[in-house]
Amino acid sequence: MAEANQDGAKPTASTPLLTQEETLTADTFIRGLWKENPVFVMLLGMCPTLAVTNSTINALGMGLSTTFVLVFSGILVSLLRHWIPKQVRIASYIVIIATFVTLVDYAIQAISLELYSALGAFIQLIVVNCVILGRAESYASKQRVLPTIVNSLGTGVGFTLALLALGTVREILGQGTLLGIPLFGPDFQPWLVMILPPGGFFVLGAWLLLFNWRRLRLERRAKQSTGVLADAR
Amino acid sequence: MHVELQTPPAPTPVWPMLRTLGTIATISGLLVVLADQLSQPMIADKQRLLTERRVFQMVPGAVSKRDFVVTPEGRLEAADSGASGDPVYAAYDADGQLKAVAILGTGSGYAGPVQVMFAYDPGCQCLVGSKVLKSNETPGFGDKLDFDPAFLKNFEALDARLNDEGTALANAIVTVKHGTKTEPWQIDAITGATISSRAMGKAANQAAQRAAPAIQRDLAKLTQPN
Repeated sequence: MAEANQDGAKPTASTPLLTQEETLTADTFIRGLWKENPVFVMLLGMCPTLAVTNSTINALGMGLSTTFVLVFSGILVSLLRHWIPKQVRIASYIVIIATFVTLVDYAIQAISLELYSALGAFIQLIVVNCVILGRAESYASKQRVLPTIVNSLGTGVGFTLALLALGTVREILGQGTLLGIPLFGPDFQPWLVMILPPGGFFVLGAWLLLFNWRRLRLERRAKQSTGVLADAR
Repeated sequence: MHVELQTPPAPTPVWPMLRTLGTIATISGLLVVLADQLSQPMIADKQRLLTERRVFQMVPGAVSKRDFVVTPEGRLEAADSGASGDPVYAAYDADGQLKAVAILGTGSGYAGPVQVMFAYDPGCQCLVGSKVLKSNETPGFGDKLDFDPAFLKNFEALDARLNDEGTALANAIVTVKHGTKTEPWQIDAITGATISSRAMGKAANQAAQRAAPAIQRDLAKLTQPN
């Protein structure tokens, strides 16, 4: 009994494989934000996470672009899920994803050329972002359209929040600004390394440390409380 | 005796595979073409506004601009005349007087090419402003090219006189080590960002060598009103 309790209380980081169709609940959305956060829990999409989070606006641009691609490729994959033979499913997903990435690429150019040049090749590289292919393979290809939209949106918002968590910290420490607005006055000496590539690793490491410390603490607490319960019995 | 026979693998569904991939490729192609058609005019418009803003930022007092190209033969032609070549932008003040000509150059820096726009004043035959358009230089070092006040002093009147034949600069623009500038055509480098400063010098030299002779020869085209 105590053992079963322990197993039940243990928070699992792994994605449960959904084999049957899911009914739409709040968890469909919230999962992507927290329990299955693509960056802090699943450690997917590390390349854009480290590369374009040197400012808040870049992080926001990349996060929203990825969310757009996630949602729309999810819709198409979900609609076509009964027609895609499993032998060519990866090829189909890649073509669908690449299409929406091209649309985002044009859209960003039409909105802001400065953002476009700041994000550089990482817009095109959304095609090979594991977060999106992972959602298509493990969720959209098995679920109805509405849950897919909600779940992809959750994952996208989770990804955007994670990028913002890195981007704001790096911009504040590395440039002393937030969204380009100076925070500390003229005497602030920016901590330059934070907007350089090593800064990405430092800040990501610090966030992961915080999240894992919290997870371990919760696990220990759960273990202690079940231990007390078992003793009481 | 019971023999367990292995079930043969299901045959590959050739027709559904072709049908699906064909359909997806068609949808995808249509969407991309549609997006391209819709966004091209918007992107061109943004590009024009961005160039205009950069030119006006670099040339104080400028309120209008006209586009020209320097052809490979070294002639200056209006951009809408159909001639092709390196673009230059003539900036005019409110009275329609030519303030300066924005010219473009590239030099290789610490981390790839540095693209710079310079303001060329045909009157004093010198460069009077600079703006980095694109660079991957290290933040905090290489990006001082646009902000370091001592470095920007170089571009208050950087000598770009032509030789007597009017075919090239009389003195090539070069970057020298910090504190050793003696001639008006030299650029005083930023300490700690020598390679980026040199890229700036190469870009200035390239831009002026290419555009200044054509601008001086066809100056009438720039000064005459539309």
